[in-house]
Amino acid sequence: MNTENNTIIKVTGLEKSFKSVEVLKGIDTEIKQGEVVVVIGPSGSGKSTFLRCLNLLEMPTGGSVEFDGVNITDKHVNINKHREKMGMVFQQFHLFDNLTILKNITLAPVKLKRMSKKQAEEKAMELLRRVGLEDKANAYPAQLSGGQKQRVAIVRALAMNPKVMLFDEPTSALDPEMVGEVLDVMKELAREGMTMVVVTHEMGFAREVGTRVVFIDEGIIMEENEPEEFFANPKSPRLKEFLSKVIV
Amino acid sequence: MIALIVVLSAAIIVSFTLPVFAQVQDTAESVGFIEAVKEIPVAIKDGFVDLKDDIYSVLIEDDNYKHITNGLGVTLEITFFALIIGLLLGFAVAIVRSTYDKTGKLKLLNAVCKLYLTVTRGTPVIVQLLIIYYLWLGKMGVSETATAIIAFGLNSGAYVAEIVRSGIMSINNGQFEAGRSLGLSYFRTMIYVILPQAFKNVLPALANEFIVLLKETSVASFIAVKDMMKGANALVGFTYNMNIPYITVALIYLVLVLALQKLVGILERRLRNSEH
Repeated sequence: MNTENNTIIKVTGLEKSFKSVEVLKGIDTEIKQGEVVVVIGPSGSGKSTFLRCLNLLEMPTGGSVEFDGVNITDKHVNINKHREKMGMVFQQFHLFDNLTILKNITLAPVKLKRMSKKQAEEKAMELLRRVGLEDKANAYPAQLSGGQKQRVAIVRALAMNPKVMLFDEPTSALDPEMVGEVLDVMKELAREGMTMVVVTHEMGFAREVGTRVVFIDEGIIMEENEPEEFFANPKSPRLKEFLSKVIV
Repeated sequence: MIALIVVLSAAIIVSFTLPVFAQVQDTAESVGFIEAVKEIPVAIKDGFVDLKDDIYSVLIEDDNYKHITNGLGVTLEITFFALIIGLLLGFAVAIVRSTYDKTGKLKLLNAVCKLYLTVTRGTPVIVQLLIIYYLWLGKMGVSETATAIIAFGLNSGAYVAEIVRSGIMSINNGQFEAGRSLGLSYFRTMIYVILPQAFKNVLPALANEFIVLLKETSVASFIAVKDMMKGANALVGFTYNMNIPYITVALIYLVLVLALQKLVGILERRLRNSEH
C-alpha cells in the first residue's frame, strides 16, 4: 500500500494500440487520494482510451497501471476484485434496461456478496435520496430522462463504495438543460473528498472543481497543471490552440 | 380460435361434398337434373349421417380414440423434454460462441460447437433420428421414446443456439461494460444482465422454433415411437378410413400450437414491462 504519499493510481509508460493504430504512446501519471483530475483534449486524442485503461475495460498493450499498490495489468490479478473499487460512469449511461432503478443499483453489491439485499436496498435508497430520485426507485431506465439516468448511473457506481470514480464524458450525451443536474452531483462528490478522474469537455467544471487538469493529445500528456495556471498560462502551442477553440 | 373454426369447417365440408356430388351425378343420369337437385339436401343429410357413423366406428368404437390420445401423451412428453434439452444446450452453445466472438477465449470449445451446428443444421432431422437410433442408442437398448427425446433435443439445440446467439449479439456492448465495471465477472454479467435482455428479444423466434419442434416430433413414428402420428397410422391401418384419423391429428396439432402461441404471448407481454 502506498499510504505514505496517498497514491491511488499510478500509471507508468501506458501504451495502447488497436491493431496498427497507436492511440496511447506512453503515459505516466499518478493520481492521489482526494484529487479531482480532469482530462481534456481533442476528440481522437486518446483521453477516453486512457480512462478505460485505468480499469482495464481496454487492456493496455504496454506499460502498467497500479491501483491501491497492486499492478492490475499483471495477468494473475483478479481484475474483478479491483473493479469493485473503481466506479465508472459512461457517456451513454448504460443502465441495465431490464432492471428497475433499485435493482440496477443493488445488483452488483448483492451478487458480489458485499451487502445483504436489505442493506443494499437501504444504501441505494439513501443514495437516491441524495440525488433527488428516491421516487424513481421502482421505475425502469426507459422511463427516465437522460439527466436522471446519469444520476442513477453515478449512484450505481457509488453503491459499491469505490475508492475512485472514473467519469467518461458524463454530460456529453445530455440535453443542455440536464448537464447542470449531473455536474451538481459530481461537484458534491468532489466536495466530499471522492477521488475522481473525469474526461469531459466542460471547461467550467474543470476550472471550478478540478484539482489538476491534464491535456492529452496525440496519445501523450502534453501538459498538466492546476486549473488556474492551466487555463491562464498554457505553455504548449497545441494547448494554446485547443483552448482558443473551446469556450472557456 | 378463428383459424381453428375455419379449418374445422373446411375439413367437414371436404369430407361431405365429394360423396354428395358423386351421388347427385348418379341421380342426374337416371332421373334428370331437376330431380337430382332436389336430392341434394337429402344427400347432405345422408352425408352427415355417414360422417357420424364413420366418426363413431373409427374413433369411438372399441375405444379406438385411445390410440390417438395415448399418442398425444407421448408427443407432448417428447416435445417437452426435447425442448428442455434444446434450451439448455442452445444457451450453452450460444454463450460459448458469443464469448469466443467477443473475447477470443474458448477457442477449442467454439470449434466443437461450430461442428455440432454444421452437422445438425446440415442434415435432415429424420436422418439424424434414424442414425441415432440404429447406430447408437437403439443398439444400447435405450427406449424409442428416450431416443426420440435425445435426437430432437440435440436437433433443436442447434437452432436455439443460433437464435440465442443473435439475441446476445443484439445487446449493446455498453451493457457488458457496465456490468464488468462494477466488478461482475464476464459470466455473471452474462447471466444477470445480458441473457435476460437477449431472451426477451428472441422470444418470438424461440416460440417459432418450439412450434417447429412440436410438429417435427411427428416423424418419431419412423423408429416405432407410439406418438400421435403412429396412433393415427394404426387407426388408418385397421379401419381403412384415411380421412378421420389424419384430420383429427391435424386438428389436435393445431390446437396445441394455438395454445403455445397464447402462452408465449402472455410471457412476451410480461417481459415487456420494462419498456413503457
